[in-house]
Amino acid sequence: MDQQHAYRRQLRTYAIGFVSALVLTCAAFATVRFHLAPPQTAIGIVFALGLVQIVVHFRFFLHIDLERSARDDLQLILFSTLITLLMVGGTLVILANLHHRMM
Amino acid sequence: MVHGAWFWLLGRIDLDSFAFVRAWREPSLDRLIAAGAAAMVVLGAIAAFAIITRMRKWRYLWENWFTSLDHKKIGILYIALSGVMLTRAVIEAVLMRMQQAVAVNQPGIVKPEHFGELFSTHGSIMIFFMAMPFLIGLINYVMPLQIGARDVAFPLLNSVSLWMTVGGAVLMMASLVIGKFSTGGWSGYPPYTEMAFNSGVGPDYWIWAVTLSSLGTMMTGINFAVTIYKSRAPGMHLFRMPLFCWTSLCVSILMIFAMPPLTVATALLALDRYLDFHFFTNDLGGNMMNYANLFWLFGHPEVYILILPAFGVYSEVISTFSSKRLYGYRSLVYATMAIAVLSFTVWLHHFFTMGQNADINAFFGVATMTIGIPTGVKVYDWILTMYRGRVRFTVPMLFSIAFIVTFVIGGMSGIMLAVPPLDYVVHNTLFLVAHFHNMLIPGLLYGMIAGYQFWFPKAFGFRLDERWGRIAFGCWVSGFYLAFMPLYVLGAMGMPRRMAGVFQSEYLPWLLVAAVGGFLVLAGLVALFVQLWVSIRRREEASVPVGDPWDARSLEWGIAAPPPEYNFAHIPDIETRDPFYAAKEHGTAYDPPRHYDDIEMPKNSKVGPLLGIAGAACAFGLVWYIWWLAAAAFVAIWGVVIARSFVRDIYKTIPAAEVAREHQRWLSQVAAARGIPRELETTPANQGLAEGAAA
Repeated sequence: MDQQHAYRRQLRTYAIGFVSALVLTCAAFATVRFHLAPPQTAIGIVFALGLVQIVVHFRFFLHIDLERSARDDLQLILFSTLITLLMVGGTLVILANLHHRMM
Repeated sequence: MVHGAWFWLLGRIDLDSFAFVRAWREPSLDRLIAAGAAAMVVLGAIAAFAIITRMRKWRYLWENWFTSLDHKKIGILYIALSGVMLTRAVIEAVLMRMQQAVAVNQPGIVKPEHFGELFSTHGSIMIFFMAMPFLIGLINYVMPLQIGARDVAFPLLNSVSLWMTVGGAVLMMASLVIGKFSTGGWSGYPPYTEMAFNSGVGPDYWIWAVTLSSLGTMMTGINFAVTIYKSRAPGMHLFRMPLFCWTSLCVSILMIFAMPPLTVATALLALDRYLDFHFFTNDLGGNMMNYANLFWLFGHPEVYILILPAFGVYSEVISTFSSKRLYGYRSLVYATMAIAVLSFTVWLHHFFTMGQNADINAFFGVATMTIGIPTGVKVYDWILTMYRGRVRFTVPMLFSIAFIVTFVIGGMSGIMLAVPPLDYVVHNTLFLVAHFHNMLIPGLLYGMIAGYQFWFPKAFGFRLDERWGRIAFGCWVSGFYLAFMPLYVLGAMGMPRRMAGVFQSEYLPWLLVAAVGGFLVLAGLVALFVQLWVSIRRREEASVPVGDPWDARSLEWGIAAPPPEYNFAHIPDIETRDPFYAAKEHGTAYDPPRHYDDIEMPKNSKVGPLLGIAGAACAFGLVWYIWWLAAAAFVAIWGVVIARSFVRDIYKTIPAAEVAREHQRWLSQVAAARGIPRELETTPANQGLAEGAAA
């Protein structure tokens, strides 16, 4: 009985995840297809939807949440994000500055 | 140049590619030295082959070592590789010191081109094929024992990493015999290393050797991080781990993030060279500054990959030989983490002079100085660990103390270099060379030597000779000061690095002192080998089968020396930090377990050596444009990987009865041994049992 309950709950999380992922994807495509916003804003919207999409995937499919059991994984993900941002952001700043001074 | 069928078969190789032929055609001193080095490689290989064949040890080596997935054996092989490469790179260093001492106002013993190869191979080997294998080997051996695991998380991946590194090392050695190595330094900056300026095989050798090793290292990083996260013994919380495990964890994470930028940089450079791309070329939109950026995105975390494991070793050694708990354990852990994160924020200080504006330089300068804070915390923690301890001046402890003093000096010159205006002045001079040797020799090599001396009895069951260890220590430390302190002066006087000769007579006295230092360092290396030889000959009287020669604190000392393949007859439950020391105090360290279980261990696998051979062959084919070889080896690599995925029978079971028999034999050795006080730990009375431990 208990097992069936857990199964139901899992199925529900996956369903929520699937539907939200689908909605987010469609929203992004719709923004571009139906010209719902000026181009600059559209890029921002697509980017923001992409970020939300990442969170949805982590939460519903990879089971990363704020529970204690997932804390290690969450820390690793946040750390990876930090390092990636440092490396990519730093590279962009440095190369843009060099480019600017070479012009 | 070769044409037609020859090219198809042998690519760019012709007679002039061989160091011997070049020396035969024009027997100058320079070429004879090159041929001599090549001869050492060839004769060394032949001698090793002959000795193994004569002793009929091939089968033994293949079955017990090369195909083994045991983390302890893989660790030992890593360190053996490191020893071979260290020897070559130290000899090169001495040659360079001699050259600079001789070549003041006159041609030296080697030509500038050859000198360029020397500093390039010296740097590349010391970083990728000496330091990395040494620290990976040490972590491989010690870390699973310290966290109470039977092996690393991915034993096969471990073997693959080892053999890819060996493949890269073989390529480095091959470059001595066939062809010439890069003259572009260990960092291989384009556009100098592009086809337009360097169409020979040198940069290709560098690219593929480094690529092989960096791939292996990244996989090692994944392996170690997963091991520490997933394979700890029950009760071994992260904050109960010995500090060496903490530094290993941070190092593995650094490896995972820092190696890919290097692989990308070398891959893009390879695309430029092989397929006429323009990532880093002078013209057609290439941007060589991005190479410097990518390279140091790897290069700076790399510095901490090199130094943190040594910090871990020092923490273990100093606390053990001071008979004290490590002072400020938590602060050391947090300092390690802080260093690991900060190491990703400072890479620009390697190219302050490349032309970005002063604000950016200032930001990275400040970030660089910030790293001095957690490092300073560590230095104080180590000093306070010794404070009021019963300090014993054994060889590992001597190296640790030499490290503290020397490293602080190097750190201070680092703070100076972190100031961009000052960096502009001494940039590209010997001051910089002095600084990074001043960090890496105490901060890496002394630590690795200390770790080797410290854990050797655990790995082989006998102690290393104390007297020769002290001689080695004296040579290394005095050699270091003589060889590198003059370089600070020379750098401040304006002598550029990487010079094959100079015309300033006032440099001469300092260069002579540095050359003497170089010879002393070589003597230190020889003393280490003599120590090993002497110790093997006297292994009976120095044997410590019980396994705890230093009255140490962490789990690995509570098992036999050498440990059984499965490490622990029974995985211990951990209730405290320093669990073995606590057990000794409670008199429960050598209690037999209530029951023995069957133990499942990974079976041997040929995959590692096969991938190493295929990887080296592929790289060699690419270097020389032997396309059929490169293609065949590439197919072979994936063939092996696919074939392995069909192998289902990958575990063997060691029956409980056998575990019990081995364990009880060891327990009877424990019962027969006499516990000794610390005054006797360097005498034959030491059988590896501490006084009062078995009460």
